[in-house]
Amino acid sequence: MNFESLQAFLAMGGHGPYVWTVYLTTVVLLAVNFAGFRRERRRTIRELRSLHAAAAAHPSPDK
Amino acid sequence: MLTFKQFWHRLGSPKWFYRMSRPWFVAFAVAAGVLLGVGLAWGLAFAPPDYQQGDSFRIIYVHVPAAFLAQSVYIVLGAAGVLLLVWRMKMADMVLETMVPFGLWITALALFTGAVWGRPTWGTWWEFDGRTTSTLVLLFLYFGLYALRQAIPRAETAGRACAVLAIVGTINIPIIKYSVEWWTTLHQGATFTLTEPPAMPPVMWAPLLVNVVGAYCLFAANLIAQLRNAVLRREGGAQWVRDAVAAEAA
Repeated sequence: MNFESLQAFLAMGGHGPYVWTVYLTTVVLLAVNFAGFRRERRRTIRELRSLHAAAAAHPSPDK
Repeated sequence: MLTFKQFWHRLGSPKWFYRMSRPWFVAFAVAAGVLLGVGLAWGLAFAPPDYQQGDSFRIIYVHVPAAFLAQSVYIVLGAAGVLLLVWRMKMADMVLETMVPFGLWITALALFTGAVWGRPTWGTWWEFDGRTTSTLVLLFLYFGLYALRQAIPRAETAGRACAVLAIVGTINIPIIKYSVEWWTTLHQGATFTLTEPPAMPPVMWAPLLVNVVGAYCLFAANLIAQLRNAVLRREGGAQWVRDAVAAEAA
């Protein structure tokens, strides 16, 4: 650990607001990105399920 | 083993890609999570402060990887544009369609972290110099690709139009790269080059390297995940897609 105390870690030598803004924004964006993997995947599967169900209920005669 | 020619042909086959890509997605996503977790914690808490910039220098561990990706994603979009126009590769169109939002947010992050770093270091949030202006143009190019896709209703026409814009826009990439050499600027020069060792000591550049590699793993994970979903949507009616969707746990 480069810092001697929690206060020093949060203060970042007076640059705390800048450094912490950048790191918190990054962590939030990464969390949204990682959560999106599962969300997008499920949405795609769900859309295709309803598509396939609709196709099974109303088969088109020329296909 | 596959020869390169076989691999190239199969890469154009959405079904083959879907079947082989799942373990690759998992590997890149896990690698991205681990590397970025380690690299960010290392840069934030363990790397030594810069002798001139103090602790504000820690922003480099986010800013540089984001800026690398912002340009790399665009190069991939330009390459996809060529593949689409020349070889009509379906997968290339899917890349062009689905990777724009990722490029957009990562470019916005590069600009945002640059502004927040600029305030304590340069004394200003923003300066219209070569590097910042050309990166802003990159952001507008991503917006343009997004808007163009929405504006053209016919998918095939939209794909070709986006391919042309992506290819033309790649002219901006060397401008971004050499902007710090061509024009007088506040922006510092390159941190990593292929020809010379970094000016920083290893304790400072090691966490940066970890984050850069992690960022490229994140790019790969996003690319594969987006392509897997796009393949399913575009091949929606095919029997193998029905089987794949039916086999999926709800």
